[in-house]
Amino acid sequence: MTTFRLVTPISEEQVRKMNVNDILYITGTIVTARDQAHKRALQFHEEGKSLPLNLEGLAVFHCGPIVKKEREEWKIVAAGPTTSTRMDIFEDQFIKNFKTRVIIGKGGMGKRTTEAMQKYGAIYGAFTGGAAVLAARAITRVKKVEWFDLGMPEALWILGVKEFGPLTVAIDSHGNNLFEDVRSKTEENQKLIYKKLGLIK
Amino acid sequence: MNLKKTIEDVTVNLLRLAVTELPKDVKEALKQAYHHETSQAGKTQLQAILDNIELAEKTSTPMCQDTGTIIFYITAGADVKGLDKVEKALYDATRRATTEVPLRPNAVDPFNRKNTGDNTGRNIPYINWEIKPGNGIEITVLPKGGGSENVCAMGMLSPGEGIRGLKKFVIDTVVKAGSKPCPPNILGVAVGGGADIAMKLAKKALLRPLDKPNVNPELAKLEEDLLEAVNQTGIGPMGLGGKITVLGVNLDYAVRHPASFPAAVAFNCWAARRASARINSDGSTEYLTHEVR
Ligand code: SF4
Repeated sequence: MTTFRLVTPISEEQVRKMNVNDILYITGTIVTARDQAHKRALQFHEEGKSLPLNLEGLAVFHCGPIVKKEREEWKIVAAGPTTSTRMDIFEDQFIKNFKTRVIIGKGGMGKRTTEAMQKYGAIYGAFTGGAAVLAARAITRVKKVEWFDLGMPEALWILGVKEFGPLTVAIDSHGNNLFEDVRSKTEENQKLIYKKLGLIK
Repeated sequence: MNLKKTIEDVTVNLLRLAVTELPKDVKEALKQAYHHETSQAGKTQLQAILDNIELAEKTSTPMCQDTGTIIFYITAGADVKGLDKVEKALYDATRRATTEVPLRPNAVDPFNRKNTGDNTGRNIPYINWEIKPGNGIEITVLPKGGGSENVCAMGMLSPGEGIRGLKKFVIDTVVKAGSKPCPPNILGVAVGGGADIAMKLAKKALLRPLDKPNVNPELAKLEEDLLEAVNQTGIGPMGLGGKITVLGVNLDYAVRHPASFPAAVAFNCWAARRASARINSDGSTEYLTHEVR
């Protein structure tokens, strides 16, 4: 287990050095995006329109933050991760087209995303579910908000972060998926527990 | 004393305390979990949780962005005058806490998808009533997170299978839930009564402090067995693998119809928030779960 402290933009080479179970802290820029933002970004790409910012080497955070405006400035109140599986249907194309190197969320992602991460060089960093205060503390400022018409939780919040983490590398760029490993082990364990308790022969 | 005003003020305090500071028993259990966890990924998650709750407490900020659906448990003394004002006081307190703490507006109309914006609406906050002799009122608030609510399960098991069936049901429910309810979790498990009764008891069982064993030694043993079993699943903190998936199992039951075996499993996440206070007849208040400075 190695701890990485990286500054954005993150290169493919840097990403390829990381393995599942490693710990990552990010300084620089991360961008929140949920279903709606993923959908629109891919639509823009298809239509040849450019995104409001270049996502190459940045981290995308599955998060619908609570934000308030204080004297013309946006302030993050809480910013915990949301369940990532909802973005599974978009993420492979997203990584391919925009060269995002880090995806941050909770609960992990599936096979399609894992394959795309291996192919194009990206990782999934699991942030502790619900740990909203920890996340908010690492966010030094809201740099900008785009696509606000999607609503506060769905908009693209472009955030300046300092030592954002700890992120546990749960999918690496070598085809490993920690959540999948745990799930299959859990199923094996389930049978062992049944046996131990005499629930099956 | 002005009962309505006292209850409202105390309840706003309880809501703030609940969402910003975990009760001692939960904090202690999370510390122990960090100590006992052997998986690196699991330990990292637990450390993040501990840092997060410390920070939340220090800055009086909600520990999780999801401040839940507000559920109340009220034990009212039969001699208290003005009990008809309690409901309004609890609703008003919920509205106030939503802006003052703040709480995330989590009350959505199921049909037109409109968020009421203040955490109140038809049947929410939900109030569970109990009347006891005496002239005090005890208020408990349970802000219940959505992620852990979504994996609660109800089963009408076969009476022939009995406790064996219950064990299997609990294990299967935890495995199916996986990382979704933000483990480590607390489980409330109840059997008997009927579908609604079992779930109500299971949810209420979440309120029992983790350091308080079941008063019934047989059930206490079953709780331990179930805890050991679900912690062998290997799901671990946040589903990243490890031996601490559940912090405690709290059992309750009602007698059952000979032909039914209703079983319910209620989940609470690591953000196992609850707060209680007793208001005495002279208006003095004791906070039961939190130290109030
Ligand atoms: S399950 Fe609990 S800790 Fe996780 S996001 Fe929901 S309320 Fe927060």
